[in-house]
Amino acid sequence: MAGITATQLVKEYPGGVRGVDEIDVEITDGEFFALLGPSGCGKTTLLRSIAGLEAITSGTLVIGDRDVTNAEPGVRGVAMVFQDYALFPHMDVGDNIAYPMRIKRVKRDERRSTAERVGDGLSLQGLIERRPGQLSGGQQQRVALARAVATTPDVLLLDEPLSNLDARLRLEARTFLKELQRDLGVTTVFVTHDQAEALALADRIAVMRAGKLQQIGTPREVFQRPNNTFVAGFIGSTPMNLVPATVEGGSIAIGDARVPVPVGTEGLVRDGQAVIWGIRPEYLRWSPTEQPGGIPAVVSVVENLGASVLIAVHAGELKFQVVVPEDQEPAPGDRGWIVPQAPKTLLFDAESTQRIG
Amino acid sequence: MTTTVTTPAGSAIAPRRRRADDVAGLGKARAGIFVAPALIIIGLFLLFPAVWTIWLGSTDYRLTGLQAASPEFVGLDNYVEALTDPSFWNSLWLTLIFVLFSGIIGQTLIGFGLAWSVRNIHGWTKSLIEGLVLAAWVIPASVASFLWLVLLDRRSGTVNGLLGTQGTAWLIDHPMESIIIFNIWVGTAFSMQLFSSALSAVPPSQIESAKMVGASGWQQLRDVIVPNIKGHILTNTLLITLWTFNTFTPYLVTAGGPNGKTEILSVYIYETAIPGGQLGLGAAISLIMLLINLVIALAYVRVSRGRTKR
Repeated sequence: MAGITATQLVKEYPGGVRGVDEIDVEITDGEFFALLGPSGCGKTTLLRSIAGLEAITSGTLVIGDRDVTNAEPGVRGVAMVFQDYALFPHMDVGDNIAYPMRIKRVKRDERRSTAERVGDGLSLQGLIERRPGQLSGGQQQRVALARAVATTPDVLLLDEPLSNLDARLRLEARTFLKELQRDLGVTTVFVTHDQAEALALADRIAVMRAGKLQQIGTPREVFQRPNNTFVAGFIGSTPMNLVPATVEGGSIAIGDARVPVPVGTEGLVRDGQAVIWGIRPEYLRWSPTEQPGGIPAVVSVVENLGASVLIAVHAGELKFQVVVPEDQEPAPGDRGWIVPQAPKTLLFDAESTQRIG
Repeated sequence: MTTTVTTPAGSAIAPRRRRADDVAGLGKARAGIFVAPALIIIGLFLLFPAVWTIWLGSTDYRLTGLQAASPEFVGLDNYVEALTDPSFWNSLWLTLIFVLFSGIIGQTLIGFGLAWSVRNIHGWTKSLIEGLVLAAWVIPASVASFLWLVLLDRRSGTVNGLLGTQGTAWLIDHPMESIIIFNIWVGTAFSMQLFSSALSAVPPSQIESAKMVGASGWQQLRDVIVPNIKGHILTNTLLITLWTFNTFTPYLVTAGGPNGKTEILSVYIYETAIPGGQLGLGAAISLIMLLINLVIALAYVRVSRGRTKR
C-alpha cells in the first residue's frame, strides 16, 4: 500500500504539446481517486505517466516512499487495467490472471491456485478454463481486475473502467468496483470522462482540462463549490446555469431581475463588478405565480427525465435550465418565475472565471 | 401436393429460390456464355499444360531425334528412372537445404527482424528502409541476378572489395551459400511487409499489459507478439517455402554449377528437359515436384486447421 505524490509533473510530446502540464497532486494511501475531464484533457496521459508507460519530461513522481520518476513500469508496484482489458486471447482465464506471477517466476501450482482464489473472489468460478473470447464484457473486466490485483500491487490504475460495458451493466460494475476497492484497500486511480461515474465512485476527484489541474476535491466539494466555471459546467448531470450579471447596490442584477448576493461573497465584490452568477438546475424552482427574488421567464422546451422534468426557459436574453418534479410539469410557452435557493448560488469572476468566496 | 403457384406466399417464394443460384438473373445458359472465354483461356493455358505434363511424363518424348517425332508410351519408366537416379536425390537434398536456409530461416527470420526493428520508427527513415528492401523484391530477377554476378565477381567484385578478399571466387568456392544469400536478398521484403502489418495489428494494450508486470522484451515477444501473429507466421512460411522450392532464379547466378553443386530441383528439371533433351523424364520429375509441393501445402493446412480448432 502506498500513496502517490506528483510534483510539477510535465509530459511534453515531441513538438512541444504538453499532455500533462505542471500537475501537483497528492493521493493518499488507500484512496479511490478519479481523474476527470473531457477527452484530450491529459487525464489518461497522467495515468500512463504514473504507470510508467509514458516517459515523464520533468517533475517528480513518488509512490510510497520511492522516487519512481524514471523507474521501469514493472518495478513500480503498480498494476493497470486497460480500457479494452488487454486480456491475452491465446491464454485461458487462469493463465491470464496468473501471467504477472509467471513473469515473477512463481511456481506453476502456486500461481494456478492463487489465480483460482482471486478469480473466485471476483465471482469467476467455473470460468478459469475458458478463453477470454468466450466471456461477456463484464466477465472480461473481472478477469482483467483479477490479473491486476492477483499480485497485490501498491497502486491500482484503471483506464476508463466502465466505458466498454453497456449501460445497465455499468451501474452493476460501478457498485462492484467500489466494493472491491473498499475490500482491498488498495490505492486506486481511475480515469473517466463521465462526471457521474467520478462522483459515484471516487473519494476525491481531480478535474483536468488541457493538461492542467482545475480542482481537486471530494465529490461534494467539486459539485457544490466548483473552483471555476469550467468545473461548474462539467460536473453535474445537467450543467450549472452560468449567466453574466453585475453587482449593483448589494444585490446581483441579472437582466432586469435582482437576486441577493450569494452567502460568503459579501464584501468580496464591489459595486459595478462584472460577474458570472451560477446555480444548478436542481436548485432552481419553477413557480407559475410571482415570487420574491424570482426571475420572470418563458418555458421553451420540456424534456422528460422520468421522475423529474428538465425545462429550458428564457428570461429575456438569458437561458436557464430548471429541474422540476414530474407533477409540476409546465407546458412550452407557459409564463412564470424561476426561484433560486439562495444558499446554493455561486459567483464567479467574469474575467478569471474563478469562484468568488 | 404439387399445386400451381397461386397463393401469394408461394409466388413470393418461387422467384427467391431461383435467385439463389442465379444472382444476375441471366439464366444458366446465358451466364455460361459470359464465363466461357475465361474458362477457355484457363483451360488452354493452365489445365491443358498440366494434363499434357502428366501425359508427357509417361512417354519417352525427346527434344530431338526419333522420339521427338513419334513418342512412345513407356508407363512408369520415367518415374522409376528419376527415383533411382542418385543425381535426383542429390538435387532434392540441395533443394531442401536451399529452402531451409534461404526461405524458412533466412527470409522469415530476417524479414521478422527487419519488421521488428522498424516498427517504432516513423517518417522518412522507415520509408527509406522499406523502400530499399522492397526494391530488391521489385527488381526483375534477371537484373537482380546480374547485379549479384557483379557483386560477387572474382576480380573486381564489390564484395571482395569490401571484405578485402580479392581473388575469392564466391560462386565457385561457396556456390550454395551464394545463392542462399542471393535468394534471401531477393525475397526478404515480402516477409518484412507481411510481418510489419502483422505487428501493427497486435493490440498495444496487450504489449503494455506485459510491460506493466515487468516482462522483458523477449518475454513480450514470446507471450504476446508471437501468439498474436501465429497465423501470419504460418501463412508466410507456407508461401516462402513454396516459392523458394519452385524458384528458378538461382540458375541465372550459378547455372546449377559448379559441377551440379547448386542444381536445385527446378534447375535439375530444366537441365534434364531442355539441354538434356529428355522432355518425358523432365515432365515426370516436374510431376514429382508438384506432388512434393502438394504435400507441403497440405501439411501447413493441417497445422493451421489444428490451430484454429484449439
